[in-house]
Amino acid sequence: MATTTRALTSRQPGTVLLAAEGVRKFFGDDRSPVLERIDLELREGEFVALLGPSGSGKSTLLRILAGLLDPSDGRVLVHGSPLHGPNRQVAIVFQGFALFPWLTVYQNVELGLLATNVPDAERRERALRAIDLIGLDGFEEAFPKELSGGMKQRVGFARALVVQPEVLFMDEPFSALDVLTAETLRSELRDLWSDSAMPTKSVLMVTHNIDEAVSMADRILVFGANPGRIRVELKGLRPAERRDKSAARTRLVDAIYQVITNPDEDAEQLVEHYTARPPTRRRRAEPPRPRRYQTLPDVSIDDLTGFVQYLSGIGNSGTLSDLARDLQMKGEVLFRIAEATDLLGFADIQERSVFLTPLGQRFASLELDPQKALFRHSVLDHISLMREIVHRLEESPSHSLESEVVLEELETSFTSAEARRQFETLVDWGRYAELFSYDDVDGELRLDEEHYNV
Amino acid sequence: MSQPIAPVTRPTSTPAATAPAPRWVEVLLLCAVAAVIFGVMRVAAEWRAPLSPGAHIELSPARLPYYAALSTLRMVLAYIVSLAFSLAYARTAAASRAAERVMLPLLDILQSIPILSFMPGVVLGLVALFPGRTLGLELAAVILIFTSQAWNLAFSFHQSLITIPGELTEAARVYHLGFWRTFTRLELPFGVISLVANSMMSWAGGWFFLMASEQFTLGNGNLRLPGLGSYLAAAADAGDTRALVLGLLTLVVVIVLIDPLLWRPLVAWSDRFKFETSGTEQPSSKVLDVLRGSVLVDALKSRVLRPLARRIDRAFSSSIASERAEEAAAGSPARRRVWTSVGTALVALAILAVVWAGVLSVHTLATLSSGDWEHIAVSAGATLARTTIALIIAAAWTIPAGVAIGTNPQWSRRLQPLVQVTASIPATAVFPVLLLALLAVPGGLNVAAVALMLLGTQWYVLFNVIAGAMAIPSDLKEAATNYHVVGWRRWKTLILPAIFPYLVTGMITATGGAWNASIVAEYVNFAGHTTSTVGLGALIAGAAERSQFPLLLAGTLVMAGIVIIINRLLWRRLYGYAETRFRLG
Ligand SMILES: Nc1ncnc2c1ncn2[C@@H]1O[C@H](COP(=O)(O)OP(=O)(O)OP(=O)(O)O)[C@@H](O)[C@H]1O
Ligand SMILES: [Mg+2]
Repeated sequence: MATTTRALTSRQPGTVLLAAEGVRKFFGDDRSPVLERIDLELREGEFVALLGPSGSGKSTLLRILAGLLDPSDGRVLVHGSPLHGPNRQVAIVFQGFALFPWLTVYQNVELGLLATNVPDAERRERALRAIDLIGLDGFEEAFPKELSGGMKQRVGFARALVVQPEVLFMDEPFSALDVLTAETLRSELRDLWSDSAMPTKSVLMVTHNIDEAVSMADRILVFGANPGRIRVELKGLRPAERRDKSAARTRLVDAIYQVITNPDEDAEQLVEHYTARPPTRRRRAEPPRPRRYQTLPDVSIDDLTGFVQYLSGIGNSGTLSDLARDLQMKGEVLFRIAEATDLLGFADIQERSVFLTPLGQRFASLELDPQKALFRHSVLDHISLMREIVHRLEESPSHSLESEVVLEELETSFTSAEARRQFETLVDWGRYAELFSYDDVDGELRLDEEHYNV
Repeated sequence: MSQPIAPVTRPTSTPAATAPAPRWVEVLLLCAVAAVIFGVMRVAAEWRAPLSPGAHIELSPARLPYYAALSTLRMVLAYIVSLAFSLAYARTAAASRAAERVMLPLLDILQSIPILSFMPGVVLGLVALFPGRTLGLELAAVILIFTSQAWNLAFSFHQSLITIPGELTEAARVYHLGFWRTFTRLELPFGVISLVANSMMSWAGGWFFLMASEQFTLGNGNLRLPGLGSYLAAAADAGDTRALVLGLLTLVVVIVLIDPLLWRPLVAWSDRFKFETSGTEQPSSKVLDVLRGSVLVDALKSRVLRPLARRIDRAFSSSIASERAEEAAAGSPARRRVWTSVGTALVALAILAVVWAGVLSVHTLATLSSGDWEHIAVSAGATLARTTIALIIAAAWTIPAGVAIGTNPQWSRRLQPLVQVTASIPATAVFPVLLLALLAVPGGLNVAAVALMLLGTQWYVLFNVIAGAMAIPSDLKEAATNYHVVGWRRWKTLILPAIFPYLVTGMITATGGAWNASIVAEYVNFAGHTTSTVGLGALIAGAAERSQFPLLLAGTLVMAGIVIIINRLLWRRLYGYAETRFRLG
């Protein structure tokens, strides 16, 4: 691979193309924000990756920067002037492709140019050139439904590039594709970018995939959830370090894992030892989070018990990446499950591996009823919200509690959608632990008298 | 990009597109075009014609095609108006939260009002507006059909608009498609399939009202629109069985022919707008294939339609430049202030109009005596009894029949087409036949009225029950059989809960339909005599004929109120209950 002009410019930051200043976002009448005070700058020549857990507001931030959503607070600056309405410098490549199924490949690509007043002949030529560049030659008259996922996303890229945007946004552009196709497209995009074959000056990519971020980005922003915020900003690798399993790459991946697997710790401290170089820029200390309850990972009982059983079957430990591969799960999903077992004291997550604790090993060896009893104790020991709810159920004369009351309580710490998810997980775990029953129709939690006797 | 490209299926051209249509098809098409132009001109002449009292309907079979054409044209006209209205209405409602909050409930109310109760008032008003011309009557017919077609089209398009995947809407905004291109490239294509499906439903409902409006008589039965409906009424009046049978046959042929000539091609054509990419069976249409192969159609498309479409597209599309200019202007405080004050003024005006109408109504209603109100109450009770009987009979036969058809694929295949044809005959077209048979018997009008209500509404219930029975998952049925859940217990634990929400949906439509029908059923001008029975429908029709405006208004309001109350207090609650308790999956 040739030395790249891009990588060089990225070390001498260019002019700021796009910036967010103190952006916050509330949805509806939520009391807790989805995004909390985001400051961000996108400079010429940069490829920036936004990495973070599901629901942390990455897509929301992207849409605010694209002018599709208005921030509730703070502002977006394009070349220094405030943005109103859709951002004309930006094109987006969508996770779900967002192709118009009734238009041909050519018509889809041409779509972006329709509003630009480009003369017919030039429009046609530019569309065909973009189609050619992106490897879609011969498919001009095909309809999206005739194409494979990878080809569809190529159309998505062609449509974005044909308008020659100053900044290219990508929202998990490869996550709907199978592994091999994703890798192919990724490397093609990398080449296009580093050979300056596209006129785009800067790229912002949202992703779940650590390897993807590490292999492409000049700068990586790690997002945290509840509220969504930039926890730490890491400098990307030099092009030479990206492709192979270089030591630098392993260290960077490890550092990111450290941050992601410790969502409640200070990210700056976690990465301090990662490199002699300090992080590019010190962010102000993370805002202290007045949270009464820990976040329950969105994990069902079946997945949780299944995971513990599986771990005990393979010798009580495994690395996250091996487990994800063997269980055929997305790393993200697997990590949530591991996090849940950690939370309950059944396992420990260290670096990138999970180890079953003695408690977890016992849990795996028990029959259903004693297993439930053990789970009951663990859940009460470790989950403060569960304790609180059982306490309230006990206090209540009818030994019951309206779901609304619990939801309202949760909404003081979470967005309403997240509060719903928290509630559902709570009910799932509590029912299994036989602490209470829940009637979906009248929305009432009722104490399970038989088992609850602490 | 030099990577190998994954093999994909190449686009295949439909075989029909390459096969040219035979010569006679072209000739036929040419004739059809000529016929349509001729028909339109004739009708235009008819409309300008003075309203001749005693315009009589000729019963000669040779006149039948002419009457059929007039009726069909009325339908087409009303449908075009309905479609345009619903597109505009739904688009406006989806544009803003505030608009949605007002416009959707309004649509809901409009939908549950029995339209026929307004017919006498509307006809009177429009005839007065165009004195001495048939134009008023024609407009009344179109408005009546419109009110039966527009609401569900508007609902369906609104539903489509709000279910467009977020990424597609975002793509439209990111690439600055602007209002017109977003409408034509995204919103309309996305909604087209459900629009076609709902158009078929609307169209079927339209026949009912077309027949009713053509049969509607003012004064001594002298004001009558020429058409199939009036032909049937005249034939029954004259006791001409042969004409009656021929008229009905013509109607059935017209209704049945429209399916392969219009709807099936439309369904097949709209399939390209299907959003799901998973390949299910594609609807096909012979007529569409022939049209696609026709040189004539081809020439029409490339010479006239495409350039015209391009012109229109140019004229309405915005560009980034114009968008920018507009933004700048709209952003200016002066312009914004103007718009705000215009909006406020419009809202104030609307409120004022509503209040004024309310005051006027109260004044009008105040002139009614307590005896009048008593009369209204008794009449409402009688009609309530009739509609209830009709609905009970409908449920009694449609539930077993619908379940039998729905759970048995063989029956379903054999019976569905038959049921569909039978159901497509508008009850109002059969009504004159019923009158001919029953009026001589004592209490005959009562029986005929209930029969009309039943004929007009049972199909809604039947189709819903069939759909419900077909939706029972086969593993549930197998489980029930496996555990020997049979006989009444099978009905109680499996079938009834499964079809219940569907049954309720059918009943909601049927209730409105039955009350509607009372207006034509309880008060008839037949063979030169006016015959009526006690009922709210009779009261409304009678009041209209005698121009007793206060009574007409009171009766109409009471009927609309009753239907809305029944829907809200009974059916909606049952539906909510069914949704939470019996939902499958
Ligand atoms: N239009 C909306 N209305 C209400 N809540 C929303 C809306 N859009 C997003 N949210 C909420 O905001 C939070 C962040 O969503 P967002 O899609 O930005 O997360 P994300 O980081 O992109 O997640 P993922 O990785 O799953 O795509 C979620 O809790 C989501 O439920
Ligand atoms: Mg996202």
